[in-house]
Amino acid sequence: MNSVVCIAQVPDTETRIKIGGDGRHIDETGIKYIVSPYDEYALEEAIRLKEKQGGDVTVLGFGPDRVQQALRESLARGATKALHVKGESGDADSLGIAKVLAAAIKTVPHDLVFFGKQGVGTDNSLVGPMVAELLGYPQVNVVTHLEAADGKVTAHREIEGAEEIIDAQMPAVITAQKGMNEPRYASLKGIMAAKKITIETKSIADLGLADSDIINQRVTVVSLELPPEKSGGKKIDGADPVAAAKEIVRYIKEEAKAL
Amino acid sequence: MTVLVFCEVQDNKLKKASREALSIGRKLAADAGGDLVAFATDRAVADDAGRYGAKKLYVANAGGYNTETYTAAMQAAIGQASASIVLLGGTSNGRDLAPRLAARLNVGVASDVDRLEWTGGKLHARRPVYSGKAFATVEISGKPAIATTRINAFPAEESGGGAAEIVEVSALLDSKTKVVETKVSEADELSIAEADIIVSGGRGLKEGANFSLIRDLAHAIGGAVGASRATVDAGWIDHQHQVGQTGRVVSPNLYIAAGISGAIQHLAGMSSSKHIVAINKDPEAPIFRIADFGVVGDLFTIVPALTEEVKKAKAH
Repeated sequence: MNSVVCIAQVPDTETRIKIGGDGRHIDETGIKYIVSPYDEYALEEAIRLKEKQGGDVTVLGFGPDRVQQALRESLARGATKALHVKGESGDADSLGIAKVLAAAIKTVPHDLVFFGKQGVGTDNSLVGPMVAELLGYPQVNVVTHLEAADGKVTAHREIEGAEEIIDAQMPAVITAQKGMNEPRYASLKGIMAAKKITIETKSIADLGLADSDIINQRVTVVSLELPPEKSGGKKIDGADPVAAAKEIVRYIKEEAKAL
Repeated sequence: MTVLVFCEVQDNKLKKASREALSIGRKLAADAGGDLVAFATDRAVADDAGRYGAKKLYVANAGGYNTETYTAAMQAAIGQASASIVLLGGTSNGRDLAPRLAARLNVGVASDVDRLEWTGGKLHARRPVYSGKAFATVEISGKPAIATTRINAFPAEESGGGAAEIVEVSALLDSKTKVVETKVSEADELSIAEADIIVSGGRGLKEGANFSLIRDLAHAIGGAVGASRATVDAGWIDHQHQVGQTGRVVSPNLYIAAGISGAIQHLAGMSSSKHIVAINKDPEAPIFRIADFGVVGDLFTIVPALTEEVKKAKAH
């Protein structure tokens, strides 16, 4: 069972976002980057499949040099190979990124392709299904449980108020939801072993693509803004619970008109 | 200029997300001097879609939701309607389908948008990024330009139109996936994704069993049960309830936070709620900075009292 896990590197979720000077990008000064949290579930699932069924887990990332750090961390957790497609992913739209990843995935043997259900950053939730389409694979999104055997995966897909159990032919694209597993931390042994693995690097041109394929302005950011500052509204003392409850009900009735 | 809206049905009615998408779709069509049309896999949608302004309903006999068959059917409908804009409500299925469709058609798509405008012959959309810590306005190019609409961001408004004219769509409906079972979980609970009211509990509940206080209030007021990340990680409640950066970003009309101090990741996920009530014993809790109505006090006495007052108000 060979898997490719696509890793997105995103600002730490603790980050206070600031807008950059051009008004279209975030200010990256001082930002600590992490592996997007949902990608950790994807990686863990692929590692578990490898441990049970053998094969390789290749982690794949597209972006500037800092992406190597995310790949190195993923190797330390148990991925066996890493591929870094170097390039400025910042101005690529989701479909541009998907084209790069799809081309890179084709160079690696695989039965399953994993993503997190969304990158905790631009929050598009687009790239996984786009890669599935570009490769002609089936997709199962927002997966909380997975079994893979005999050329077929059975995946539990979370939908509103229910769960679908879906059979898909392999190769397939799976996007991971929280709850799929409990991701492990890197062990010291894993960290040492990861240092010996060479991260393969490719350029966009190596994959037969040009910048114009990626940055072709299907979706362009016109402006980026912070939400309006809220100053906080009325605050009352709740020492008398019933009186406080009556005040809340009055607010809900008069302002929210929800009663 | 034609706007096509992907419609989903639940309990023989148009889903709220679809009604909202039709409503903003109708406005875009009017602004651009075009028509609103709809797509569904159920002919019975014709009346409802018409009531929200759709002139035509493109129908494919595709059965229940399947990514690949629905992509093929939508592709055919988009071609037949010559649609310039395609909107999908931001449901699980809408979010599953939109990127697949955009990749097939090599066009732009924006997800989870909360504003849409047709300006200078282009579709502009605003969407939250970094879970609502910032908002990006994007221009979506290509024919069609595709967007998924954020639930609760666009009011659903009927136009009073008659039934939409049915147009059959034919497409090759092949798929490499099959839904073998659908398990309805916690059948009587509303999903936070679609709720108008959310009552959320945090670490202040002290233990999982105390979520019953939150459930009682949610039940009394007719809302969904939300939760902070800490409570989900502690195993007190299922992840489907988690609001925030690694859960759901929500914008209900009313959000009641009890025992939630307001970590930046949680605030990002709910600060666009229209009315926020916070109950917390710590007067310095960050949640009070964004709450419209804050109560400093003990949730263990205030929440049950509130449940009783809500019941009284409802009885009147």
